[in-house]
Amino acid sequence: MSFQKTITLKVNGVNYTRTVEPRLLLSDFIREDLLLTGTHVGCEHGICGACTITFNGDSIRSCLTLAVQADGAEITTVEGMGSQENMSKIQQKFQEHHALQCGFCTPGMLATCEDMVKKYPLTSEDEIRDGLSGNLCRCTGYQHIVDAVQAVVKEDKRDVS
Amino acid sequence: MKPAIFDYEVATSIEHAVRLLSSSDNSKIIAGGQSLMPIINFRLLEPSLLVDITRLPDLQGIKSTLGGGISIGASTKHHELETSLLIKERFPLISDAMKHVAHLAIRNKGTIGGSLSHADPAAELPLLMLLLDAVLHITGPTGLRKISVKEFLVGALTTILEDNEILTRIDIPSLPKRTNFAFNELSQRAGDLALCAVGVTISMSSGMLGRTKKIKDARIGLMGVNDTAIRISEAENLLIGRSSLDSSIIDQVAQICTSTISPNTDLHASADFRRHLALQMTKKTLTEAWEKAQASKTSENQNKENQSEENL
Repeated sequence: MSFQKTITLKVNGVNYTRTVEPRLLLSDFIREDLLLTGTHVGCEHGICGACTITFNGDSIRSCLTLAVQADGAEITTVEGMGSQENMSKIQQKFQEHHALQCGFCTPGMLATCEDMVKKYPLTSEDEIRDGLSGNLCRCTGYQHIVDAVQAVVKEDKRDVS
Repeated sequence: MKPAIFDYEVATSIEHAVRLLSSSDNSKIIAGGQSLMPIINFRLLEPSLLVDITRLPDLQGIKSTLGGGISIGASTKHHELETSLLIKERFPLISDAMKHVAHLAIRNKGTIGGSLSHADPAAELPLLMLLLDAVLHITGPTGLRKISVKEFLVGALTTILEDNEILTRIDIPSLPKRTNFAFNELSQRAGDLALCAVGVTISMSSGMLGRTKKIKDARIGLMGVNDTAIRISEAENLLIGRSSLDSSIIDQVAQICTSTISPNTDLHASADFRRHLALQMTKKTLTEAWEKAQASKTSENQNKENQSEENL
């Protein structure tokens, strides 16, 4: 017995229509059906944050979402965030501050950082560390990621004034 | 891990959702899925049908109700509760406590109805709703029934919801005037489930005609240290009618709370440690709420003095 549903969604500006099983996780749909392997899969129960993507403007765990629930959604994965020639601001700061080593957590970290910079004032280092607590990184010890986020916040403030 | 096979339907109305739920032996509601999906991924649960209620406008949003209360649709997301100006104005306790609810990516998707229905003993929303005397709307095949949070929460991960019933709406009545609150939570990392959390509200009488202001209403709730979130009415009653709180009363209240709860030992903490946390955190939280009540009393008096000066 297998059930099938057809969904239409926009990923990184491209429309896709696909038929999927209801039990297919959005993370697996992105990686295996769309072949966008920038989204990483770690724990598959919402703890590690590696699969975090942007879903209708909000950061979410793609492993805790069914592909069928993304019908009609607009999704951005790390592939749609910027390019090597034209990186997003948070990507630039990650590079400048060496905020990655092996890179496994980075796509999820970037999605999380982008959303938290948008939604919170992040006036203290503690606030940034709390915001990062849902994403595990086993290389950097987080300090360089905190530095990168602080650099974005600082620059944003300068942009405003 | 990957989920086992199931069917999936999007409900188009609450009645449709109830019909879908009733159509299968092993059906389950999915809203944000932030508690359900890990369980399904681990195959601890293998539903035959998931009924998606996230596209029902009736279950969305926060409305003002007569008399200063609010009514929250069950599919309203945590991040909306966290940022709602109406909630900030009427129930700042909720706004303050929401930052403890998991991580932003979870708050962006998880819903109040989902958290209550999942009934994790270490989750914030069951405690908050218990503290605020929320009334839950439950819709099933025979229609709507309304019950208190206390009746709703039966045990760890257990509620009175029948298999074909849906929690659709949460009504929170207004708090008494002159209410102050404090909320504290301890977890191993920010966003983890709580080892212990304590919430306290204190409402003072008006003190009109020169009468001493007294505690008119007091609420003390704990979670993470019991099968369900729990209110400690014996401790609350000890506070009512008092015009001052000294450390011996605060100690006594905390002792009552600690002896009422029945914490578990698990991977994260022993029952003894949880009891210790409950004792210390009740003292701290009650003291904070009382200090806030005193401070707002003083500022109220100052306002009155300023006003009378202006009148002169």
